[in-house]
Amino acid sequence: MIALIDYGSGNLRSVYNALCVQGGEVEILSSPAHLERADAVVLPGVGAFGDCVSQIRERGFWDPLMDWIANDRPFLGICVGYQVLFEGSEEAPGIAGMGFFKGQVRKFKTPGLKVPQIGWNRLDLSQAHALWEGLPADPYVYFVHSFYPEALEPKEVTARCHYGEIFAAAAARGRVSGVQFHPEKSQSVGLGILRNFMRQTPSSMSTLAAG
Amino acid sequence: MLTKRVIPCLDVHDGKVTRGVQFGRAEDGGLRNVGDPVELALRYNQQGADEMVFFDITASAHGRASMVDVIERTAAQCFMPLTVGGGIRSVEDMRTMLQAGADKISINSSALTHPELITAGAERFGSQCIVVSIDAKRTRPGFWEVHSHGGRKATGLDAVEWAVRAYHLGAGEIVLNSIDADGTKAGYDCVVTRLVSESVGVPVVASGGAGNLDHMAEVLLEGKADAVLAASVFHYGQYTVAQVKAHLATKGIPVRPEQLAHP
Repeated sequence: MIALIDYGSGNLRSVYNALCVQGGEVEILSSPAHLERADAVVLPGVGAFGDCVSQIRERGFWDPLMDWIANDRPFLGICVGYQVLFEGSEEAPGIAGMGFFKGQVRKFKTPGLKVPQIGWNRLDLSQAHALWEGLPADPYVYFVHSFYPEALEPKEVTARCHYGEIFAAAAARGRVSGVQFHPEKSQSVGLGILRNFMRQTPSSMSTLAAG
Repeated sequence: MLTKRVIPCLDVHDGKVTRGVQFGRAEDGGLRNVGDPVELALRYNQQGADEMVFFDITASAHGRASMVDVIERTAAQCFMPLTVGGGIRSVEDMRTMLQAGADKISINSSALTHPELITAGAERFGSQCIVVSIDAKRTRPGFWEVHSHGGRKATGLDAVEWAVRAYHLGAGEIVLNSIDADGTKAGYDCVVTRLVSESVGVPVVASGGAGNLDHMAEVLLEGKADAVLAASVFHYGQYTVAQVKAHLATKGIPVRPEQLAHP
């Protein structure tokens, strides 16, 4: 079973729909009570870094999720759900992220650049990774964000993207990964990424779909 | 490189897609029914549309209820960004549509009467969620006047100034619809589109007037728009989204190619 963490994020339903259509057995969790039954965790996210951190804390998810990623259990963070894996964000100075990845989340500052970046941009798949299996060589995915992670460990960056500057569009260490774009809104390419994520833990999918 | 977006717009009236000939005719019965919104959305999804906009032109409680159903059904089958507009008057209305599966909320008349709604929406859901749609009509040389209520009511406001204000209030995107051009198929208004695009720090979507493929290329190149929105040319099968993209690519405009994953 995949636990989809509900902490009031706007894209919860889209992520739920996309996981289900790819054969996922998804449970939306609004408290950590049933987290231990889960095989994999998806942390969606739309909105502000600070709100995201405080909502995760308020609903009691913070410590269980910190344990989850520390134990290298399958985890996918999306958009702000990816950003919170870093140490902190310019959007919310003084509020600590989970610190799983080294680096800060920065605001796009290139003069003349429209912010937020809204639309489809190309991923540079800087590393082979399970999530990228079966994707076209130059996959386009959908981004909506004003902030981007500045990852300090190049070996953890699995995809880069260019918008004003080159940033870490995805990062992974072990079975914990995060993506800045929205796979649930990226049509065939995005659905393929979600399917790849679930394939890492076949027990997260219905038997029929996992085959 | 960030690509330019091609966005089909579906005007929904009581759960059906309709298309008026020009602004303001909707209520006069000047509507043609062009089909089921979910079916059309699926078709555009397959054609490689980059996003989709649903516009509730009834803007009544009944219309909103059927729109929720349309969005829920579309979001279960189309995995691309969906915007909903028409009759959104409160943060609660926004939440209803977002929970149904919309990604962005477009507001127009309600932003004019209650500009604080832009900020309230942006604070609650993030700027990226809040699209301010502007209906502009050129009333004298160099002046585009904002109109509200489906283009029927002149407001006296300058469209460029209003766009800048909406941007500062928290809008994450501006849709600029030219009333003069809408439904005429004579081309987008590149002049006002460019003025707005160069005045705000967020993406601008050009709307109204698409008649042929060159019009779309023009408003992206000369009008400096970040995306093109069109209705009729798609609904009546004049062009597919794929044809539009192929044409834009020949003009050197970056577009997202059709891609399939095989995990």
